[in-house]
Amino acid sequence: MTRRARLIVDPIACDGRGLCAELLPAFIALDDWGYPVIPGGDIPAGLEREVTAVARLCPRLALRVEPAPRG
Amino acid sequence: MSRGPGSQCLLPRLSAGAPSPGLLPGQAPGRPASLHEHLALHGGRPSCDGSLQRRRHLIGEVERAGLTGRGGAAFPTAVKLRALASAPHARVVIANGVEGEPGSAKDKVLLTLAPHLVIDGAVSAAELTGATEAVIVTHPAACAAVRRAVGERRRAGYDPVPVRVLAAARGFTAGEASAVLNWAEGNGAVPTGRPPRLGGRGHRPALVQNVETLAHLALIMRHGASWFRSAGTLAEPGTILVTMLGAVQRPGVYQAEPGMRVSGLLQLAGGASAEPAALLIGGYFGTWVPAAEVLPLPFSAAGLSPLGARPGAGVVAVLPAAACGLAETARLARYLARSSAGQCGPCVFGLDAIARELEQAAAGGRCDLPRVRRWLRDVTGRGACRHPDGTALMVASALRVFHREIGLHSRGRCSATASAGILPVTDPPS
Ligand SMILES: Cc1cc2nc3c(=O)[nH]c(=O)nc-3n(C[C@H](O)[C@H](O)[C@H](O)COP(=O)(O)O)c2cc1C
Ligand code: SF4
Ligand code: SF4
Repeated sequence: MTRRARLIVDPIACDGRGLCAELLPAFIALDDWGYPVIPGGDIPAGLEREVTAVARLCPRLALRVEPAPRG
Repeated sequence: MSRGPGSQCLLPRLSAGAPSPGLLPGQAPGRPASLHEHLALHGGRPSCDGSLQRRRHLIGEVERAGLTGRGGAAFPTAVKLRALASAPHARVVIANGVEGEPGSAKDKVLLTLAPHLVIDGAVSAAELTGATEAVIVTHPAACAAVRRAVGERRRAGYDPVPVRVLAAARGFTAGEASAVLNWAEGNGAVPTGRPPRLGGRGHRPALVQNVETLAHLALIMRHGASWFRSAGTLAEPGTILVTMLGAVQRPGVYQAEPGMRVSGLLQLAGGASAEPAALLIGGYFGTWVPAAEVLPLPFSAAGLSPLGARPGAGVVAVLPAAACGLAETARLARYLARSSAGQCGPCVFGLDAIARELEQAAAGGRCDLPRVRRWLRDVTGRGACRHPDGTALMVASALRVFHREIGLHSRGRCSATASAGILPVTDPPS
């Protein structure tokens, strides 16, 4: 069984060009200023592979996938 | 030994006409206590060094005292001490006396009048955690007093760990814990988004505590947990320094006990100087509350919770009925937007958008309230530090409390008769 995971954005590194939201609109939205809004909680089952791929594509290395906190 | 709560005095003599519990005999008001005077008043600083077991026991005493952070978040100090004590390598203790908030004065007053108490606390925290250095980061206004105190101690060979004094960078966000650590390690005074206890990027793991928290720690190490608990409430023991400003007779810094009525707190400052309409409790990240509802409540997190307020950083501002709460909030929101460290998009653009909308509303123009409410949610949790979160909490409380005023403005009217701003939005000069 795979561990549940979360997508985290580093707001200092992110430049808000919105590539991630363009690639994965089903999971990542943009706020009124063009910065990614990532739903709280775990990455839904089935999306993990895609989310991980998008995280790798972020030009600012602002996205990382982390194991969800236990509990 | 048990002494009364009145003896829990951090300040030898308080500013601006405050009552003076347990004074330093012979010390002129406003003058820093010398090492000699400090020792005569409080006795020597007991060593907090020794075996791991002894240090654990002393941290346990801090836990039994129930000491919480006085920098705004009221986090249990013992938990932070314990976490740093088990950090892997060289550690540093940082006394946070940045006090970037223009409305707050308690840290400057404490550092100016009782620098040795803060330094005692920082050195004790260093011993408890095994840190190899203590750094006092002080608002420039208190720098001379702290430097003089550290010089006295050096000459007397008083401290077992090196103590360094550093003038703080100016600005509201310079006081955020990771920004203070970054500054103390020789970088910019901007938040890094990394918890100080983890160190990293060339930083040592750090314990960052507000200077008032450390002053309380110094007294707990002398007199014990039950002495500390003789003041305050069961859940919120000890005393708390409060800065009172706005429509009070004698604005200044006062030592209060959690649990006393807010009306009693105002009495410490000579009472209201004009009919109060609303109070901002907890500072610029605090909560606006209607005066009539808050005055009978106890000044404590538990007592204020029905109104969603907390003592926070101990700032209590009284807005007179003649002033406009909406205009005041718009000024604060603009100040906080301007104070963003400029690193995170939602903080930079979101706070600016919120401030602009409030300024328009205050000027009698268009204001899309539902949109402001959505923005307040949108900025929350979206920065590397809690600057947007704190700002959003304060603005959200203003939208509730000044609802009627916002309605008036939308019809081109305003209930205010005075036009000057009440809350300061520039840092006092050093
Ligand atoms: C934007 C911002 C500004 C802050 N400014 C200060 C400050 O000037 N002084 C302070 O003690 N804490 C300040 N804090 C809180 C610190 O991050 C930290 O919680 C505190 O220094 C911890 O000490 P304590 O546990 O003793 O309260 C600020 C927090 C934020 C988010
Ligand atoms: S791709 Fe990276 S830098 Fe661009 S908006 Fe998304 S998180 Fe930010
Ligand atoms: S949230 Fe704002 S104040 Fe905090 S680090 Fe980001 S830009 Fe700076």
